[in-house]
Amino acid sequence: MRESQGTSGLILNEPLLWEKGKKGRCGFSMPRRDVVPSPVDEELAGDGPDFPDLSEVDVVRHYTRLSQWNFGVDTGMYPLGSCTMKYNPKINEREAALPGFAGAHPLLPPELSQGSLELMYRLEQYLTEITGMDAVTLQPAAGAHGELTGMLLVRAYHKSRGSHRSKIIVPDTAHGTNPASAALCGFHPVVVKSGEDGIISAEAIATIMDEDTAGIMITNPNTLGLFEENIREIAEIVHSKGGLVYGDGANMNAVMGIVQMGKIGFDVMHLNLHKTFSTPHGGGGPGSGPVCVKDILKPFLPIPRIIKEENKYRLSGDFPESIGKLQAFYGNFGVMIKACSYIMSMGTEGLKRASQLAVLNANYIKEHLKESLYLPYDKPCMHECVFSDKLQEAEKITTLDMVKRLMDYGFHPPTIYFPLVVHGAMMIEPTETESKEDIDHFIKALKAIVAEAGKDPDLLKRSPIRPKLRRLNETAAARKPHLAG
Amino acid sequence: MRYLPHTEEDISSMLHAVGAENMDDLFSMIPGHCKIENSLNLPEALTEWELNTLMDGLSEKMAVSPAYKIFMGAGSYNHYIPESVSYLLGRSEFSTAYTPYQPEISQGTLQAIYEYQTLVTRLLGMEVANASMYDGASALAEAILMAMRITKRKKVAISRLIHPYYRDVVRTYLEPGGYEIVELPRLENGRTDISGVTGMDDLAAVVIQSPNFFGCIEDLRSTGEVAHESSALFVLSFTEPLAYGLFKNPGCQGADIVCGEGQSLGVPQSFGGPGLGMFACRMKHVRNMPGRLVGKTTDIDGRPGFVLTLATREQHIRREKAKSNICTNNSLCALASAMYMSSVGGTGIRELACLNYDKAEYLKRGLREAGFRITFDSPTFNEFVVEFGKDFKDTYKKLLEQRIVAGIPLATWYPDLSGHYLLCVTETMGRADMDALIEEVRS
Amino acid sequence: MKELEELFLPDNVHYAETHEWIRDNAGDSVTVGISDYAQDQLGDIVFVELPEIGALFEEGEEFGTLESVKSVSEIYMPVSGEVIAINEALEETPELVNEEPYNNGWIIEVKPDDPDEVNTLMTSGEYREMLKGTE
Repeated sequence: MRESQGTSGLILNEPLLWEKGKKGRCGFSMPRRDVVPSPVDEELAGDGPDFPDLSEVDVVRHYTRLSQWNFGVDTGMYPLGSCTMKYNPKINEREAALPGFAGAHPLLPPELSQGSLELMYRLEQYLTEITGMDAVTLQPAAGAHGELTGMLLVRAYHKSRGSHRSKIIVPDTAHGTNPASAALCGFHPVVVKSGEDGIISAEAIATIMDEDTAGIMITNPNTLGLFEENIREIAEIVHSKGGLVYGDGANMNAVMGIVQMGKIGFDVMHLNLHKTFSTPHGGGGPGSGPVCVKDILKPFLPIPRIIKEENKYRLSGDFPESIGKLQAFYGNFGVMIKACSYIMSMGTEGLKRASQLAVLNANYIKEHLKESLYLPYDKPCMHECVFSDKLQEAEKITTLDMVKRLMDYGFHPPTIYFPLVVHGAMMIEPTETESKEDIDHFIKALKAIVAEAGKDPDLLKRSPIRPKLRRLNETAAARKPHLAG
Repeated sequence: MRYLPHTEEDISSMLHAVGAENMDDLFSMIPGHCKIENSLNLPEALTEWELNTLMDGLSEKMAVSPAYKIFMGAGSYNHYIPESVSYLLGRSEFSTAYTPYQPEISQGTLQAIYEYQTLVTRLLGMEVANASMYDGASALAEAILMAMRITKRKKVAISRLIHPYYRDVVRTYLEPGGYEIVELPRLENGRTDISGVTGMDDLAAVVIQSPNFFGCIEDLRSTGEVAHESSALFVLSFTEPLAYGLFKNPGCQGADIVCGEGQSLGVPQSFGGPGLGMFACRMKHVRNMPGRLVGKTTDIDGRPGFVLTLATREQHIRREKAKSNICTNNSLCALASAMYMSSVGGTGIRELACLNYDKAEYLKRGLREAGFRITFDSPTFNEFVVEFGKDFKDTYKKLLEQRIVAGIPLATWYPDLSGHYLLCVTETMGRADMDALIEEVRS
Repeated sequence: MKELEELFLPDNVHYAETHEWIRDNAGDSVTVGISDYAQDQLGDIVFVELPEIGALFEEGEEFGTLESVKSVSEIYMPVSGEVIAINEALEETPELVNEEPYNNGWIIEVKPDDPDEVNTLMTSGEYREMLKGTE
């Protein structure tokens, strides 16, 4: 295909739900009434909510039209750095929708829920194997929830030793959820600067690590797409002062079957099933953020935990040192099914291959774009690479302008203005599920945009021009918030 | 492998372009001591067909309706979900999209979530709702932290009749901050005894759940009054939002923050997760609210559209000073809920709520007539407590074998209620099934 | 972003390193706001968090925040004192801070502990030099 991937087409306008419908319509098949009405206490009875009345056709057309205004992974390449927008296998959806899973009540007696308990147990085994850690909790609902869990585990560990530590080391490249999770747990984040080479040096840690520091939260590979090569030494320094190492595993997609997280010094780490393990992002969740730990933190894991005894599974809350619960039940089981299906479909070879190809794709993009966009760290990257708008400064074109134009070419923009250490950052993570042709199209599109920046900068400032809406007024939205209709 | 499109030729050409000899070369920056020595020890990759067989097998080992008659609630409810909702949710433009940070090509998600926020405010009678939290329990924990931020106080009064697991999650979240929890006890009639709150002048919030864990409708108005007299916020939690299709909503009775579990409205039970943390508050507190918010605005051509807004509350901007650490939430579940609420509609939700209420009342009557005591005489919705007696364990087991789950024994969480069982009935339970249960327990 | 020459830095106020300006009202009070440089850097202000009237702060202490769409900036006391007035117009029209940083976009009025402390801050010329140095 020679033309640009991005084009315009016929999509339909669609009003808000309450601007449609007619009183008395219904899109729901009301179940048969086989009991008599009972009186309701007048004091307590209300009028019911002011919802619109819509037919099934109203509802189906509404959401069909809305969906057509969206860009998903199934639409095209979605190279958001740090998010791992890989293809979401459809077979995973079939398994999660199986009636025995979808219709299961969490408080069923164990003998009536062996299927789900076994699935969760298996997933725990797979994740400990993939990370090389000793034990897992599947309870956290997302990565940030996993980080909070990890921080609570670290806190519980120190408390059990009679030590009250108030600080936690966080690199300047850290995702915002890291310091936010630490703060929720009562820790004060101490920021450490990455070196000129984009990674943390052992010396920098040695300078600040002390006995009032609970430990370090470190992302590896980091948010610049670089492997924290000094991780073992860093871990040794932190451990030597009685601290623990928390690993943010958001970038696990770069190293499956290659790095053993369990031996690089991590005491606790989280995984994002909706990143590395292919479960869909859903427009903002649900995700799942399992936390893997070394034996020293096992006693503090959330309850309940899954026990296997003689081929039978059950849940147990009999762990007196546990930090407690993070969700009402056991975690996002519906998401776990999909991740488990993915791991079972890929196997050992498949997962390693995925990581290798993710890294290959990112390096290929890096090599081809480094003439057009400024590459702050000109060395081999892992699964993502970071550029900036430095070369476009003369034309007053920013990263924002360039990525807005990318939409017209039929691609979702990469992550922008993160990590904070690179001014005007553009973080590109293709993932392994993008083919060479699609990546070549992407490279071509960005090169064309860089050329446009020189010849017709105003076009970039005005873009995107093809989608349903152009640039939106975020200032007005924040000054006078209209949050409900 | 069908998800990995690279051919050997592609790989070869790309390796050449990046100046690497082979795949291992790409990882040469990784120190040897970090690398795995052997390969991962995972089971052999399954074909699609083998995976289906395995998963079908596991799924068959689960007790679900209609084969089983499950009279359980306690935070997870069996409600019918229209096929149209499942179908629409499968549209991958919704499910495979990310958080709508680039609004121009995410208007589908943004409008849908704006609509969800609106429907939630109307359901709960509140002024603003967020785009979702993880579940009802973590939403409650965040609501309490929010009340503490607003009032700058560290003590909360929490009803003992809030779901026990929700209280566990609250304790886990509050522990690092050294906050004080005062537990409000139970009245004979199954409601919370709020009398102890009068006189407490250092409370951040008074927190109750309605319908509460026993299914009883609490006295929201009085709770609101007593909380506000102490300059505390009134936080209302719920596990069954369908109740508000019938009963007075919390907003019109003084609630300042309302949060709970939205699973009943269009989200499958799925063994407890993912759920849907609904969260709403008064507009004056919006800048202290956690979670994402979608707001209405216009584009440069003046056309109406939607964007994420008030993002300075969130972690990606505020970092350690953020109102919460939440990033990924439960957006697709919120979408499912909006689809469900729009399918059921205003007229429909009232009818459906009445049907649920009437069915539960039918079972209550039948059990009463069979000689059992209904423990609490306050009005209830869907759930209620019945005293089957301390010797019921054997009957319970026998009923399991007949594929009937006769409620949940309360002894685990309320030792003084040993022999009492929490039963739940929704629109999915037929009269014949209820009659069968009554017959079985009568004998 | 404005160039240094384009910035409006009036002579009738003093400036702090953290970009607040302070005007001596010659009557036991001073008014505080942010400089043209600061509002230009921040972009469109969407929300201003103000302190309570009667609050006491030390020089250099954070007394409020300014929010734009994508960032939050703390505002610091140029002198020690008690807050005696806050610009309530900023609740409805925070954009006044951008449009009229020295007039209707004023932020708080303070009764200073030491009325002479104002004079220890930078003049317009000194502030412009400081900005030149940071370029």
